[in-house]
Amino acid sequence: MPTIWLVVLLLALAAAGFYWGRARALSSAGGDARELHSLPSYYGYHVALASFVPAITVLVVWLLAQPLVIENRVSSLIPAEAVPESSTLGLVMSDVRRVAEGLDIAVEQGMLSRKEARDMDTGTQDVRALLGEVGVAVGEDVRPEILSAAQAFRNLAATGKTAMTVVVALLALGGFAWAYARTHKDFRARNVVERGVLALLILAASLAILTTVGIVLSMLFETRNFFTLHSWTDFFFGLTWAPNFRGDSELSILPLLWGTLYISFIALLVAVPVGLFAAIYLSEYASSAVRAFAKPLLEILAGIPTIVYGLFALLTVGPALVDLFGKGGLLGVEWMAGATSVLTAGLVMGVMLIPFVSSLSDDIINAVPQAMRDGSLGLGATKSETVRQVVMPAALPGIVGAILLAASRAIGETMIVVMGAGAIAKFSANPLESMTTITTRIVSQLTGDTDFASPETLVAFALGLSLFVLTLGLNVLALYIVRKYREQYD
Amino acid sequence: MNDMTLMDSTVDTQPTKIAAKNVNVYYGDSHAIKDVNVEIEDKTVTAFIGPSGCGKSTFLRCLNRMNDTIDICRVKGDILLDGEDIYDKRVDPVQLRAKVGMVFQKPNPFPKSIYDNVAYGPRIHGLAKNKAELDEIVEKSLRRGAIWDEVKDRLDAPGTGLSGGQQQRLCIARAVATEPEVLLMDEPCSALDPIATAQVEELIDELRASYSVVIVTHSMQQAARVSQKTAFFHLGNLVEFGPTGQIFTNPEDPRTESYITGRIG
Repeated sequence: MPTIWLVVLLLALAAAGFYWGRARALSSAGGDARELHSLPSYYGYHVALASFVPAITVLVVWLLAQPLVIENRVSSLIPAEAVPESSTLGLVMSDVRRVAEGLDIAVEQGMLSRKEARDMDTGTQDVRALLGEVGVAVGEDVRPEILSAAQAFRNLAATGKTAMTVVVALLALGGFAWAYARTHKDFRARNVVERGVLALLILAASLAILTTVGIVLSMLFETRNFFTLHSWTDFFFGLTWAPNFRGDSELSILPLLWGTLYISFIALLVAVPVGLFAAIYLSEYASSAVRAFAKPLLEILAGIPTIVYGLFALLTVGPALVDLFGKGGLLGVEWMAGATSVLTAGLVMGVMLIPFVSSLSDDIINAVPQAMRDGSLGLGATKSETVRQVVMPAALPGIVGAILLAASRAIGETMIVVMGAGAIAKFSANPLESMTTITTRIVSQLTGDTDFASPETLVAFALGLSLFVLTLGLNVLALYIVRKYREQYD
Repeated sequence: MNDMTLMDSTVDTQPTKIAAKNVNVYYGDSHAIKDVNVEIEDKTVTAFIGPSGCGKSTFLRCLNRMNDTIDICRVKGDILLDGEDIYDKRVDPVQLRAKVGMVFQKPNPFPKSIYDNVAYGPRIHGLAKNKAELDEIVEKSLRRGAIWDEVKDRLDAPGTGLSGGQQQRLCIARAVATEPEVLLMDEPCSALDPIATAQVEELIDELRASYSVVIVTHSMQQAARVSQKTAFFHLGNLVEFGPTGQIFTNPEDPRTESYITGRIG
């Protein structure tokens, strides 16, 4: 029986539980819903939840755990001699899985009986040809160890599945019976269902947190692998980025960090003044008609995919800058060789960040109480004096927070720099040269033919973790500042 | 109007500081102030009383054109300050507000130091030539605001850290620092406890020596305590205006009497 039927059965039981639980509660109150502690439907939900939730939880956990357990048991069956020189246990196990899968299909199509599949051996039958007929290609003749491992695999899987079905069905029925027996007019079903909802909310919150923890842990694990292969002093304090897939690379984060920070700096140089002034205009000066029209328009910028910004950088801004600073350009200087440069990426990234800065600043400026403005205007200050001397100082901590959030986005931005910044890792103060960033290098180290045992690939995880720590630090700082600011007027 | 001239002749009068003639105020379609005529005297405390929504705060805010900051608000009629129309095109509302200071219902010190709060107006208007003069203005204003002794040792502390009553006196000191001629107060004690209220009321009485003070209040006792003249507003109309003693003891209009005795409002 496929698992999906089990789930459908559980759902049906839950639905039946809802109606029976409701009916039982009503009949215990003599048909008068006002006699009940809770509304009738709460009794229904209670029975439905009790029969469905524990069973489905066990089902999910079982489905996740069973392959791991079987893998473990079967791989211990394969003797060490059965693993060829050039291969690994992992590759042999994938052969085992393919053979087991092929046998399943063969049984399903009626080419083999269950018994034949269980008892067949390589001496009497050409397993490879048989598997080929059902569409499962195996690279070489199936060796006896692999066939017997595959048969053990099938046995375990079948036993596991039967056990799972029985356990889940028993749990569902048990939950149903238990909840049904408890249903009585004095039973506080409403409170129990409320607690169930609470558990659901907690589950959702912890899933999000656990995912973050999982990502960090996996990065940490791979980063540790990287540092066993490569010296950490070179990574943190070296001065050269020169990956070499023949080995002996120099992999230092510093030139990449320089490029990242330089491009982010230029982006903020564009985004902060423009975004802030736009926010001041929109929140302090613009009439409501202009605001209703201009604000959404500005926020459209935030909806443009970054790859489009990347195209814009590569095909429009870059060539325009070359026309200005390049050979035979308008300024008659020859400072810029190609379209990709720090300035190209920085300018476009700055444009991308404008709506981010402006909408956050706008919210913060609007949060400054009107009483502050009235107080200043009442003393004979002009609008701009009020904005400069009262509104801005009051909003400053929040605006600093907004700028830090923008900075952390700039540092983590990938597509624009991949297309606009170039690929040369170096220390240079010239914004017209191409440079590269941490994110760009992560992309290039992980794309193409990669060997996950070499430091040249694993360095991507170390870079990623460094980036994560950097942006996390900025975000925490920004949130801290914003929160501190909020407390001022409460 | 004739009645008023009659009454005015019976009490000792000061020259008129602000004269409002046929003032009408509209918020969009709603008619908030209807044909108000009033003459506010110099060196006198004038109280505006009336039930909530009667237009007394709106009228107060017309006197220094604070209503200009509200888009949908329109003001018709003449308001003369020392004989000059403040709604004339040639008048800069910013200059006007320096002459007609305002204290608000809720204390609203800026998130700056106590010193910078008071020095804000003088700095904007360039009233002090140097630091010493500015120090002097700040001290004088804080003394006038009757708060100098409490804050003289912590002028660098933030103004927002003071108690409610202290904050309101700081705001009064801040308003006084720009040397206004008229001081408008929009329910200045409504957010304060009785002790702080008593302090602010005492202060208002002292300020009368130098300024024309207009105060909006919900408390009739307060109006009786601090003011010499009282105006009663009801539903956007100025119902009665006269010496405070007369309004509270012998009102002419039945609506005034009903409000004062607590039957409407």
